[in-house]
Amino acid sequence: MARVIFRWTVLSVMGVFFLLPLVAMVEFSTRDPETWPLLVDWPRLSSEYPALAEGILASLAQAALTSVLMLALLVPTAVWVRLRLPGLRRLVEFLCLLPLTIPAIVLVVGLAPVYAWVNYLIGGSSLTLVFAYTILVLPYAYRAIDTGLSAIDVKTLAEAARSLGAGWTTVIWRVVLPNIRSAVLSAAFLTVALVLGEFTIASLLHRTNLQVAIEYLGKSSATVSVAVSLAALLLAFALLLVLSLAGSSKKGKTS
Amino acid sequence: MTGVAVHLDGLRRTFGAVHALDDLDLSIEPGELVALLGPSGCGKTTALRILAGLEEATAGRVLVDGRDVTRLPANKRDMGMVFQAYSLFPHLNTLQNVEFGLRLRRSSAKNRAAEMLELVGLSDLRDRYPHQLSGGQQQRVALARALAIEPQVLLLDEPLSALDAKVRVQLRDEIRRIQTEVGTTTLFVTHDQEEALAIADRVGVMRAGRLEQLATPSEVYLRPATAFVADFVGLSNRLPGTVTGDTVEVLGHRLPLVTPHADGAVTALIRPEAIEAVPDPDSTVKVLTSSFLGSLSRVTVSVDDHLVVAQVPSGRLPDLPPGTPVRITIQPVAVALE
Repeated sequence: MARVIFRWTVLSVMGVFFLLPLVAMVEFSTRDPETWPLLVDWPRLSSEYPALAEGILASLAQAALTSVLMLALLVPTAVWVRLRLPGLRRLVEFLCLLPLTIPAIVLVVGLAPVYAWVNYLIGGSSLTLVFAYTILVLPYAYRAIDTGLSAIDVKTLAEAARSLGAGWTTVIWRVVLPNIRSAVLSAAFLTVALVLGEFTIASLLHRTNLQVAIEYLGKSSATVSVAVSLAALLLAFALLLVLSLAGSSKKGKTS
Repeated sequence: MTGVAVHLDGLRRTFGAVHALDDLDLSIEPGELVALLGPSGCGKTTALRILAGLEEATAGRVLVDGRDVTRLPANKRDMGMVFQAYSLFPHLNTLQNVEFGLRLRRSSAKNRAAEMLELVGLSDLRDRYPHQLSGGQQQRVALARALAIEPQVLLLDEPLSALDAKVRVQLRDEIRRIQTEVGTTTLFVTHDQEEALAIADRVGVMRAGRLEQLATPSEVYLRPATAFVADFVGLSNRLPGTVTGDTVEVLGHRLPLVTPHADGAVTALIRPEAIEAVPDPDSTVKVLTSSFLGSLSRVTVSVDDHLVVAQVPSGRLPDLPPGTPVRITIQPVAVALE
């Protein structure tokens, strides 16, 4: 009985801890009844808050490009390491996990001189953040993809496809990718969630994204700023929910 | 479809200090099925993988239909392969799996795939996914998929080893039937001697990266070229003997030799089926153990401190319980020496 009370107490405290700020955000952002309708009215939003609209577009483009670049880099590398260089697996895993151990501020200090060159060579577009974000998402994306590859016999499937006449591109595109679809989705969703929530690097490298725009907006229009924050948070929740549903439906299919 | 000749010419493959293949020479005639047989680590799978293009040879050449394909990548070699592990693509159904190679070649996939599924007797399961098929069915689909592309050479890498005994024998016979029907030159790798002897036109027995003997199944069994072959293929008694001229005397029986040998003391390798044990109350040799193996059985006796295993029809086993005095006779078949 005491254990049940303890369990419910912990759950309640944690629930209040997580929910209270969200409830406060909902309450605050609905004080002005015009706020939420504004968020779904894109023409009005972009004319009234152009910096926010720019931040939203920049973040969406960054999320999409980072996902593509991450997959283009990671899937062939992970497959190649499994097929041809199994001895390097630990090293690659270590390298991919490294960004997790380095604080964002340290990353920025390291990236600043690199981005000076990026500015010089391809300009100061906020899309150049994609390179830094690809490094930032490696720990999560690598784990997701590696788990997906562990679930199939990549070597035999690749060799079977090769013996049937498939080149390496066909092997990855038509044999490996369809069989690690849920892992690729997981990696992509995690990437999107991470990029949509990133602030430090964008702000310190003087680029625009959603979080930078929200922070900027907070100084002039707190209600809209909180509403957008909440919407971004709910989008991340929705993505993670889809991710876990995709994972559980896969389990159901294989069992 | 007609088969092509395959030649492995002085193949060598080293992994650090280990010689997986050591100057391997092997010729396969057009349309022939050759089985490579040997213990784990003898290099048989390495030889097959080099022929498939999945591994590179350290030295030597691979010739298919007279063409040097040693440096050709696997996807350009035109070889169908069935693997030991289940290798069907999990996201494709049976028909789509068989069509895979055909689509890459842009040939009329649907009809050909259906034909192949009919050949392996799985037309009814064309819409099933690999996880809905048994192990035997998966390997049949893999065979259909490999043959669908009309390969020059069919490579079978222990395709039956993951299956249970009954399915293994059924599928083994089916592979032989289909191979004879389509006439594709085939290399079959196995560690199961019964499988190799039953399926192959010729059997190559390998040891430490080299071919010890390449001959018909009956020749490998009845006239083993080396002691290793005699020992690895079938069961052999190791008995002391004395060579005089072209015969060897073992337990008082004079027997012909497989290969000539200098006169003197030797160890002869004699098959259990060449040894007969008959109840004889006057004999001092007694049965130690007897084991029932189905239609045939084995009895072990001790002769002059040497254990001798004899094979007898199971109908006679009740007459040979442990302790029965027996007389041992050896049939005059050619004997290999250690």
